[in-house]
Amino acid sequence: MSTAVAEGKTWGGGNQPLKASYGKMMMWFFIVSDALTFSGFLAAYGFSRFKFIDAWPIADEVFTHFPFLHGVDAPMYYVAFMTFVLIMSSVTMVLAVDAGHHMNKSKVTFYMFLTIIGGLIFVGSQAWEWNTFIKGDYGAVQTKGGNILQFGHYVEKDGEQVFKRVAVKDFAVATAHKDRTQHERKNGLWFVNEGTLPSYTMDEVIHGLQANKDILVRTQIINEDGEKTVLSRGESLDQIMKNGRLVVEGANLHVNEYGSPLFADFFFFITGFHGFHVFSGVVINIIIFFNVVLGTYERRGSYEMVEKVGLYWHFVDLVWVFVFTFFYLV
Amino acid sequence: MSAHADNHAHDDHGHHHKETFVTKYIFSQDHKMIAKQYLITGTIMGVIGVLMSMMFRMQIAWPEEPNVLFEALLGKWAPDGVMDADIYLALVTIHGTIMVFFVLTAGLSGTFSNLLIPLQIGARDMASGFLNMVSYWLFFVSSVIMVISLFVEAGPAAAGWTIYPPLSALPMAQGGSGMGMTLWLVSMAIFIASSLLGSLNYIVTVINLRTKGMSMTRLPLTIWAFFVTAIIGVVSFPVLLSAALLLIMDRSFGTSFFLSDIFIQGEVLHYQGGSPVLFEHLFWFLGHPEVYIVILPAMGLVSEIMASNSRKPIFGYRAMIASILAIAFLSTIVWGHHMFISGMNPFLGSVFTFTTLLIAIPSAVKAFNWITTLWKGNLQLNPAMLFSIGFVSTFITGGLTGIILGDSALDINVHDTYFVVAHFHLVMGISALYGMFAGIYHWYPRMFGRMLNKNLGYIHFWVTAVCAYGVFFPMHFIGMAGLPRRYYTNSNFPLFDDLANVNVIITIFALVGGVVQIVYLYNFFGSIFYGKKSVQNPWKSTTLEWTAPVEHMHGNWPGEIPHVHRWAYDYSKPGHDVDFVPQNIPLKDGEEELQH
Repeated sequence: MSTAVAEGKTWGGGNQPLKASYGKMMMWFFIVSDALTFSGFLAAYGFSRFKFIDAWPIADEVFTHFPFLHGVDAPMYYVAFMTFVLIMSSVTMVLAVDAGHHMNKSKVTFYMFLTIIGGLIFVGSQAWEWNTFIKGDYGAVQTKGGNILQFGHYVEKDGEQVFKRVAVKDFAVATAHKDRTQHERKNGLWFVNEGTLPSYTMDEVIHGLQANKDILVRTQIINEDGEKTVLSRGESLDQIMKNGRLVVEGANLHVNEYGSPLFADFFFFITGFHGFHVFSGVVINIIIFFNVVLGTYERRGSYEMVEKVGLYWHFVDLVWVFVFTFFYLV
Repeated sequence: MSAHADNHAHDDHGHHHKETFVTKYIFSQDHKMIAKQYLITGTIMGVIGVLMSMMFRMQIAWPEEPNVLFEALLGKWAPDGVMDADIYLALVTIHGTIMVFFVLTAGLSGTFSNLLIPLQIGARDMASGFLNMVSYWLFFVSSVIMVISLFVEAGPAAAGWTIYPPLSALPMAQGGSGMGMTLWLVSMAIFIASSLLGSLNYIVTVINLRTKGMSMTRLPLTIWAFFVTAIIGVVSFPVLLSAALLLIMDRSFGTSFFLSDIFIQGEVLHYQGGSPVLFEHLFWFLGHPEVYIVILPAMGLVSEIMASNSRKPIFGYRAMIASILAIAFLSTIVWGHHMFISGMNPFLGSVFTFTTLLIAIPSAVKAFNWITTLWKGNLQLNPAMLFSIGFVSTFITGGLTGIILGDSALDINVHDTYFVVAHFHLVMGISALYGMFAGIYHWYPRMFGRMLNKNLGYIHFWVTAVCAYGVFFPMHFIGMAGLPRRYYTNSNFPLFDDLANVNVIITIFALVGGVVQIVYLYNFFGSIFYGKKSVQNPWKSTTLEWTAPVEHMHGNWPGEIPHVHRWAYDYSKPGHDVDFVPQNIPLKDGEEELQH
């Protein structure tokens, strides 16, 4: 080739300028695209959160549960565990990809298996997290303006007055809903399930509040100390009687006992969308796992498919780091 | 690595496979067939979109007068031939949606990216023929759903093509907000998936599959335009997807992302805390890049056609690439200029004004480069060239009003008037359409192996050109006079009575301009069967697609793929007998590649 010198400087054709096959590159660009979808959601979340910056729920007070530890205040421990599992599954994925480079089928199989297990634990944990969030904790009252009023009282702890939350069920006595027709199919009231109705009416809460002299109302508004504002006894009664509209227990897409319903909306939607990605990733990983076991890539002479799903899996992890940061940490 | 296996698969394209009707014409994985599928689907959608515009123009010109056409086409939406106000809004909405997404995004980019990327870079086919096929069929399904939405009982979506909530978010807000809106969203979600798959393919094909010698700085400008368009698509469409998904949540699952404090018929709805302005931000973060997704491919096509038909190298090749890149970058930071009256902080408005006006610089670079390419050229005024020149004309006309609208202080006065309608129709609607027509007239022989009739092309161009300006030029004046867009009728406002005659004139131009497209359709479909047979390189162009045989074949070239030895614009190069030197001709002894 006489022209090789002249053309060596230009494009040689056939080789890969970014040292990546087209499939791998497609995965990269897909990730770019998907990252922007998540950016759209997170930007929307930021936009909405800043709108309610002085009344946004404090994550440390929302995610306090840990399985089998009832009544123990363990903020962030559970989500830390979930995050750890997901990141470890990324580590095992790296090991699988590396084993693929060495054409070590048994190691790829082993590490892919661990990755799948990690993904399943994460998705399962998320289900538990959702369930806890939906069930709720202490219950609260929603005002006519849509704000949330929570209950608590001051207790002595190490010589200091500490505000401690009190659940609605601890001071209100349910009487009314026993008297009315139960929402059951046999009574012809099938369209609203009894379980989804508030357990207490506003009157029951007001009676309970009047009977328990030490219980105070806490609003959504965050004061200078970064804590939610606690009202005096007089203000508390006043607020509940004048503005109380509805007893709220737990969180769903309409109401949220922890504060702004947008918090719950975004939490469910973004973690749900991410969970959907993890779930898809697990399904894809399982398919690839079987291909590895059946020796498809061994015969093909390349474990690049493992590398491609690995890229996706790391991306899903990375997104979780952002979701985790914005929902739980800051 | 698996790249090895893929190369092997590509080598197979060289052989002829036995093909059935289904694999050749329907579920084809061949980029040339997929390009034609995109073009024909886009054309059908275009006919629907243009018909709609003719109907609502008639309503604007002769408000609430009975019309036989309405009675025939709109049925129950035009009792006694008088157009219903709801269907007017729906027609405007669907016209916008169809023209922007289905004709000028998929129809334009889908057709020419598919046809030209492999042929001009010297590849056997797209990187993944299968994904390419899936991309087309998703587009087809989304088109079908969009058309089906026209026949929903309560009417198609009628919230405008920008589907701002709450009209789009509350199913009970208006007739079209129910099933019509749902189908609109489903259709668009599928469209986004189609666009994503297509774009991924275009990007990696351009990066990985160029033939020997085809460095990035030897690529024809068409390829640069398609490449950057695909990148913009990958970056901006997912944000529309985010907005659409959040909107679906609001519509169907009771979340409050875009809704707050809403009463309907005295009843308070539970939504609280959301903000429709959030939707506007998310929408326009796509919406603005979208206009460049529409216009950049047209720019690429026009650059190529102008150089070829001026018999001159394109002026400022590297400046053209730089301006494409600059436009692509700037397009993502200007979305706020659509929202100056949304209660935006005036300071933020001035930032968006600044970034918006910056786009004038690369746009002007391109416009001047086209004009200087024409300068002292040996102009071949065939229909493709005429449409290209028409493109530059409308792009400049529309671009100048863009400077007015990009300035927040001026925009506030003409926001949501016909001034805006005139601006964007000229700068992206008509311009991109001209680019598409230019591309079709130029590459028709490459697509179908036959020539389009030139004289019909001249009729098509001149009538269309006169009508396009006849429609949109007067719109600037009625917009300046304050006539708001999207109004079903203006007869209730005595203020606008003087403008009624202008609207009649606009409508007459619109009707003539619409009807003359029949000439084009006749030419297009007739020539597939009866057109003059084309020679291999009818326009004496330099790019690689004209080195492939006229008769389509899998793998594009028999034998080896041609190697590239020079840039794409060696027209009228001194020292050569002919006035064009194709890219695959090696440099002669002592010949230097032009510094470009």
